[in-house]
Amino acid sequence: MRIRIAHETLYTYAVPANAVIQTLRLTPRNFSGQHVANWRLDVDQDCRLDAHEDAFGNITHTFSASGPIQSMTIRVDGLIETSDTAGVVRGAIERFPPGLYLRETDLTKADAEIRAYAEARRAKAGNGTLSILHALLDDLPAGMAYDKDPTHASTTATEAFALKSGVCQDFAHIFIAAARHLGIPARYVGGYFLHADGTIDQEAGHAWAEAYVEDLGWVGFDPANAICPAEQHIRIACGLDYLNAAPVRGSRHGGDGEFLTVKVRVDQAARQVQVQ
Amino acid sequence: MAGTAPIFDEMTLADGAVRPAYETLARWLKTIPTDLLATRSREAEALFRRIGITFAVYGDAASTERLIPFDVIPRILTNDEWGRLSKGLTQRVKAINAFLNDVYSKREILRAGLVPEDLVYRNPAFRPEMNQQPVPHGIYVMIAGIDIVRVDADTFYVLEDNARTPSGVSYMLENREVMIRLFPELFSQHRVAPVENYTDDLLATMKSVAPRSASSDPTCVLLTPGLFNSAYYEHTFLADKLGVELVEGRDLFVKADIVYMRTTEGPKRVDVIYRRLDDDFLDPLAFRPDSALGVPGIMSAYHAGNVTLANAVGTGVSDDKAVYSYMPEIVKFYLGEEPILKNVPTHRCREPDELKYVLENLADLVVKEVHGSGGYGMLIGPKATKAEIETFRDKLIKDPAGFIAQPTLALSTCPTLVDEGVAPRHVDLRPYVLTGRDKVRIVPGGLTRVALKEGSLVVNSSQGGGTKDTWVLDS
Repeated sequence: MRIRIAHETLYTYAVPANAVIQTLRLTPRNFSGQHVANWRLDVDQDCRLDAHEDAFGNITHTFSASGPIQSMTIRVDGLIETSDTAGVVRGAIERFPPGLYLRETDLTKADAEIRAYAEARRAKAGNGTLSILHALLDDLPAGMAYDKDPTHASTTATEAFALKSGVCQDFAHIFIAAARHLGIPARYVGGYFLHADGTIDQEAGHAWAEAYVEDLGWVGFDPANAICPAEQHIRIACGLDYLNAAPVRGSRHGGDGEFLTVKVRVDQAARQVQVQ
Repeated sequence: MAGTAPIFDEMTLADGAVRPAYETLARWLKTIPTDLLATRSREAEALFRRIGITFAVYGDAASTERLIPFDVIPRILTNDEWGRLSKGLTQRVKAINAFLNDVYSKREILRAGLVPEDLVYRNPAFRPEMNQQPVPHGIYVMIAGIDIVRVDADTFYVLEDNARTPSGVSYMLENREVMIRLFPELFSQHRVAPVENYTDDLLATMKSVAPRSASSDPTCVLLTPGLFNSAYYEHTFLADKLGVELVEGRDLFVKADIVYMRTTEGPKRVDVIYRRLDDDFLDPLAFRPDSALGVPGIMSAYHAGNVTLANAVGTGVSDDKAVYSYMPEIVKFYLGEEPILKNVPTHRCREPDELKYVLENLADLVVKEVHGSGGYGMLIGPKATKAEIETFRDKLIKDPAGFIAQPTLALSTCPTLVDEGVAPRHVDLRPYVLTGRDKVRIVPGGLTRVALKEGSLVVNSSQGGGTKDTWVLDS
């Protein structure tokens, strides 16, 4: 499947910002399920985008811009060819052995509730890592309401699980916390999702989880949609939790009254006609 | 072991004989009236207060710091003793640096199965963000504070490695200054190796680890979390002695992967940062997003190789209690040498045989939480009640990997001025080891901490501990 992404992040400031510095994780890499045909990242400021590879193998761009900055736009345009690998992630950049992804973080700590939930799913699922993970994947959305109001970027798995609601990020954190508690390495993935219902315009990117299964390797699980990623997921960055994979992490000097507008368009690209 | 092993006094042997290094001091202690010592002690306090006043503009944190008691009787080490210690310290810090280099790159020690993977990966002080990210000149720990205890004439143990931001060096320097002022004659009767060059050594160390892109005279700064930090006084003191700017996060900024300091003459590029700010707070773009104390983007400049952070990020994984127990193996693995300094024998409760031994001997052991600190979650077997021991037994059985156990050590004592006169009190020693690109520098001695309460083994200043000047005799 060919998927076109257009992602625009617009900042406006009531009081112009003196300086802005940001680290972006907005550049995908290839793996067996995804080929980056075309990708462009742009910041409409007089600045340099310094590219690095972070510790998890994600591509980062850091830029710093000096003010006065009244408004600023970060724009991503790209074309990705995806193929269905039944969620199995092969050929991705791996910088750590799976054992690292058992590490607990603030956002993915499993409290007594999550631990009990995870253990109950395991008891029901019986043997096999894959069946445990599927039990978590199938069951989690049933008990959780998808609601973008009560949670925010720094909501922890524990908090969202207590609220019984959240967004894809919260679902992913809970899934990760539960899997790690059961001794299954799990990680956070940020990216985009092509809706099957034809919705093109979205308010944000998407997030899901990957878990490590012996003999298979890393396998994607999208608990917000209760599916394993197939052709509709575009994988951008991964890490222990949202903070390692966040599309934008920034800081500014001045610039009070920040107003943020995010537009994400994820659309199936027209089949390209081969011209001889 | 507690209460049964003879306690080694560094001045007077069990038969009453005075050890040679202490001969002059022992004679002097016999002739000086106790009330004169008490007077000197009060003068010392007044001097510290006055030095403190110089810095008092920085607020309360500094003046409360200064109330750590100072003992006017010096501790003496011979040149020989120091020679052995200093070789051992150099070796140990070399191994720590090799270990950090490895766990953040090839992970050979994990592959070899010498250190269990989860001890590193699941260690809160391990920083995944540092993985495969080279640091300037491959040096992680430029400033280490290694806590040493002594149990007899020949045996020194490392109690703890401090590889993050060890503090206390300002006391070492001030203690010496005050001793020379109070007891010039006693001092001149000994050939005491100097410590005053510590800050010169520190500056030379910092300059030696500047990024290759820096000029021949790199710009160094000291980054402090600010005046609410308990060691703020030391930060001002060191910056002043080093002759470098004392900065807070907001005084620095990053542009195009270069770190600059705001000055009245405009931005000035910074090459080396002696940072006394914890990893968590360094960069809101990389670590805690709510940190207002750090420098946004500094990790990006660091990864680009444009600035040196001393110490490097993520060094805490090497000074953890669980990793500590592997230090002898770590020294052998990287250096192919036998460790010169001993570790306190440590039982890893994660190993079934060890757990069995620990459970059978709880009443004689000290049991510590692997990631605990400040004495929290600790069992001191010989001082615990039966009920406390049983509670701990349950904890241990539930989570063996969360604990280590050690014998209670009979720490050496030194003559100390207390209310009742001069009496032996338990001491430890924190030497400071500086690792530069060119060489390792250690000023002779370090900070001696003394437990002022009779029989107490707790030298921490928070629990009634004081400090002493440490004299390493030159010949």
